[in-house]
Order: sequence, then structure tokens, then C-alpha cells
Amino acid sequence: MSRAPLPYNPKVLELFRHPKNLGKMDDATVTAVAGNPLCGDMITFYLKINEQDVIEKASFESYGCAANIATSSIVTEMIKGMKLEESWKVSWKSVAEAVGGLPSVKFHCGILAVGALKRAIRKYFKDKGSSPEWLQKEPSFEEKQALEDEELAKVLSKKMKTEEK
Amino acid sequence: MKAHEGLRHEVYLDNENSTIVPKEVVDAMLPYYDKRAYGNPTLTHKPGWEAFEIIMESAQKTSAFLGCKSLEEVNFTPGETEANNLALIGSTLSLKGKGKKVVVSEVEPISILNVTEILQKNGFTVTKIPVDREGFIDLEKLSEVVDKETVLVSLSTVNHEIGAIEPIKEALETVRDKNPETLFHTDASDAYGRIPLNVKELNVDLATVSSYKILGPRGIGALYVKESVNVEKILEGQIGTQRLWPGLENTPLIVGFVKAMELAFGRFEDNVKHMRGLRDRLIDGITGSVSRVSLNGPRGEKRVPDNVNISFLKCEGEALTIEFSLKGVYVSSGSACSRRLLQPSHVLVALGRKFDEAHGSILMKVTRCHTEEDINYVLEVIPKAVERIRGIVGSTEVE
Repeated sequence: MSRAPLPYNPKVLELFRHPKNLGKMDDATVTAVAGNPLCGDMITFYLKINEQDVIEKASFESYGCAANIATSSIVTEMIKGMKLEESWKVSWKSVAEAVGGLPSVKFHCGILAVGALKRAIRKYFKDKGSSPEWLQKEPSFEEKQALEDEELAKVLSKKMKTEEK
Repeated sequence: MKAHEGLRHEVYLDNENSTIVPKEVVDAMLPYYDKRAYGNPTLTHKPGWEAFEIIMESAQKTSAFLGCKSLEEVNFTPGETEANNLALIGSTLSLKGKGKKVVVSEVEPISILNVTEILQKNGFTVTKIPVDREGFIDLEKLSEVVDKETVLVSLSTVNHEIGAIEPIKEALETVRDKNPETLFHTDASDAYGRIPLNVKELNVDLATVSSYKILGPRGIGALYVKESVNVEKILEGQIGTQRLWPGLENTPLIVGFVKAMELAFGRFEDNVKHMRGLRDRLIDGITGSVSRVSLNGPRGEKRVPDNVNISFLKCEGEALTIEFSLKGVYVSSGSACSRRLLQPSHVLVALGRKFDEAHGSILMKVTRCHTEEDINYVLEVIPKAVERIRGIVGSTEVE
């Protein structure tokens, strides 16, 4: 059992207690999942995007810790009303700042929240069969990290299964 | 801590990781800071002699509670971790040239498992005995692995996380049958004050006990070392009254530790009955009111009277501990989301629990000081808290 100290600031705790935009969105334009329970966090992001590529609504569900819930909540608030191009520029650092800072051992929770957002944006354009110029071909830092977490989780899952009684 | 303001009631159940020290214990300790026995027990003046006397008296009482042959067999250490380090490193140092094998179980505390890594670096082969789904050690496997080369076996009397009362007597007989020379150490920190324990009758060579685990102060513990057993000290410094632990004795902590023993053993049967009743109310109350939960470890008489360890499926452990905390119920989780990969409890993994069971596990320990009212409050908080956390998980597929 790891015992790294977790000094959450009041804003993280407040968002954990009263997360904004929580829950499944039935009329979502796009849905994306990032993470794996083995990573400790798994997030589902729902975006309602209009014809002008503006995010009208965003919501989330999270199997994750307080940091993950707080960062997911703040991301959904930050991107509401934004054009997709603008929301693509949201970085995990700006999210961490918006929740008043995160303990370093919890950075990955914020990275995953932004990874889920970027994955949703990429999926939206893939479904649409188009790719705007601003959408970088290579995965963003957050997407790469989410993918790495998932790959690591698969390895661990395999290891646990072979050890299962 | 503003988020915690206005709590109606608070119940501390994280007694695996630290405990509330009862007033009687604190009161017993305080005079030893400034009124008497504040001297160094090895020096020739009144405060020193007083310290020497009270430390000897404390060792005598500890020796009686543990069932030792004499007070010489009691060695106070700064805690369970230090006693376990001393037991494993100190005994193997004294057994140089006699064999290179050490046996532990997969579910030992970190202060045993991490020390075996040091032993491995020093040329020992370490075998970890598996456990069954309830956490009981595999005696057949133990019999298979112990041989003439085995110098030390270390198995906890009670598992610290899931409360299984291990078949230590049988394990010891198994080991002695295979090699009568093998030293047997048991970390009895989670057994002491909860189940009958007598080191002489049990015939172990080394045993660890911890103060805070019986509601004594933190920072003190003891290692029982049988008279005939050689253990080398692992730290160098000025030796005082403790031949295996150098440095100035912490007299107030020793006094507090012994006071905690007196309170635990003074009404032992009543205390055990009380804890067992609260434990079962907690287990039955949670399993009866919350869906998709499973108890980790055995039920009934084979479980230590204070331990409750329950997995809440479709819940992330840290989120649960924080939600409980915001309602005034303090517990710990079997995993911690503090690295990129969540670290599940090695004990639950050894039991064959799936990752979501390990990640949603909550460890609670009741004490003789808890009341029915405390447990009622916990049973009121938990179902609502679990429901809220599961609401955040929503349709995210985790199972």
C-alpha cells in the first residue's frame, strides 16, 4: 500500500463533494472513455457539439479518485461554449491550475481527464470523416499518456490473471 | 479541514494505521516527562535510577503479559517495523554459515516483506508461502519448502489486513518437524490483546508486538527473543537497558505501552466479546444494506475480533475514504491512487481478489473504546456514501 501524502486543496474537495456536469448524456454527439480501473482512473466524457463545432454541453462519469473527479468536473466547465479548436488547446497544466493545484502524485489524474477530452474531439472528427488543419496528426501529450496508462494496465491485468488462483 | 466542519459524530476506524490513545494511557505517561524518571536509566542519580526502575518494572509486566520466561526476553524497540527488522536481520546475522534459506508468507506486512529483499541481496533465498482465499497459509507448502538449509521462518499470528487467525501452532510444528534448528518468528502485533497469546506455550523463538495496535502510544513496540536464541543488534550506539536496541530509552512511551497492556488484558474476555459484537454488527450491517460487497478474510472464530475488511464493487477506494471522512467516518483503503498504476493491496492480491475488489476495499478495525452508537452512525453513513460514489461512476464499465 502506497502512503504518499495527499494534501488536497479545498477546491478539489469542493468539486469532489459537488461535481458539476456529472452523469451520462443521452443526446451526446460523441462519447469517449480513457483509462482503465487498473490505472486507478477511468473516465467517460460526453460532448454535445453543434454544427458550428461549438461544445454546447459536456458531462462526465468517473471511476476515480477525488483528483480525477475534480479535474473531470472542471474540464467540463472550462470547455462549455468553446469551439473545438479552442478546447483542443486546454492542457492538463491549465486544468491542474484551475483546480487550485494538485499533489504531484495526482498529476496523472488531470492528464487523463484532458486525454479523455482530446480523445473525444478526435473521435468526433473521425466519425464526421473530416480532419481540420489545427488537429495535430500525432497524439497529444495527454492522449499518449492515457494510452500508456492503458497499455500498462493491460500488462498488469495479464500478470494478475496468470497469478489468479 | 473546512469541508469537515459541522460533523454530528466522528468515528475513527483506521486503527490499522494509527490509534487514538485513551486518556488513562496519556495520564500514565505524562509524569515521566517532567515529574519523575526523566533521567537516563544508565546514570547514577535519582531521575536515572527512577527511570531504570520503571523500565525494569515495565519489562517485567510485559514479560508476564506475553508469557515470557523472564524480563530479559523483552526488548523494547521504537515499534513493530523496527522489531521486525531486528528479528529478521538480527537473527540471520547471528546464523551466518548455518544455512541460506528464509521462509515467509505472501501476506506478511511490508516491514517483513521489504526486509526479505535485503536478505536476498545478502545471499539468502526467500520463499513466500501462498495463502488460500480466506488468507490462511498453506501448511503443505510450508512443509515442502522447509529443509536443513532453512534458518528462519517468519509468519504473522494474525494477518494485519484481513484478520485471519493463522494456524501458527501447526505451522511451528510443521517447521520443527522438518528442521528443529530453524528459528521461528511471528509478528503478533495484530493478535496481542485480541486473542490469547503466550510465547512460552507457543514455543516461538521471536515475537513482535506493537504499542499503538493495543491503543498505546505510537513509537514503541517490543521484540520477544527466547533466552536461548542469539540475535545481533542491527544499529550501533550507546547500549543502555535494551541490549538489542541502542540509544536513550523512551521511558514515557514504555510506561504508556504497559498501561495500554493493563487496559487490554485487565478485562480481556469482556473486551474481546465487545469488539467481536461490534465487528459482527458492522459486517452484517454493511453486507445487509449495501449491494455488491464482499467480505475479505474469514468469518466467525477464525477472524480476529477487531477486523472488518470489505470490498465495495464499482467504487474507487480513495474516493470512498474521502466521502466517509467528509461524514466523520475515518477508514483506510486497500489501494492508493498515487502512482500511474493503482497499487492494490498485496494481501488482497495474494487472496486472489480481482483488481476492482482490491481497489474498492475498505479496512476498519474496532476497539474496546467504540460504542454501539458509533457503529450505528457508521452504518448510517456507509450506504449513502457508497451510493453517491457509485453515482459518480455511473455507467462507466469497470467490472
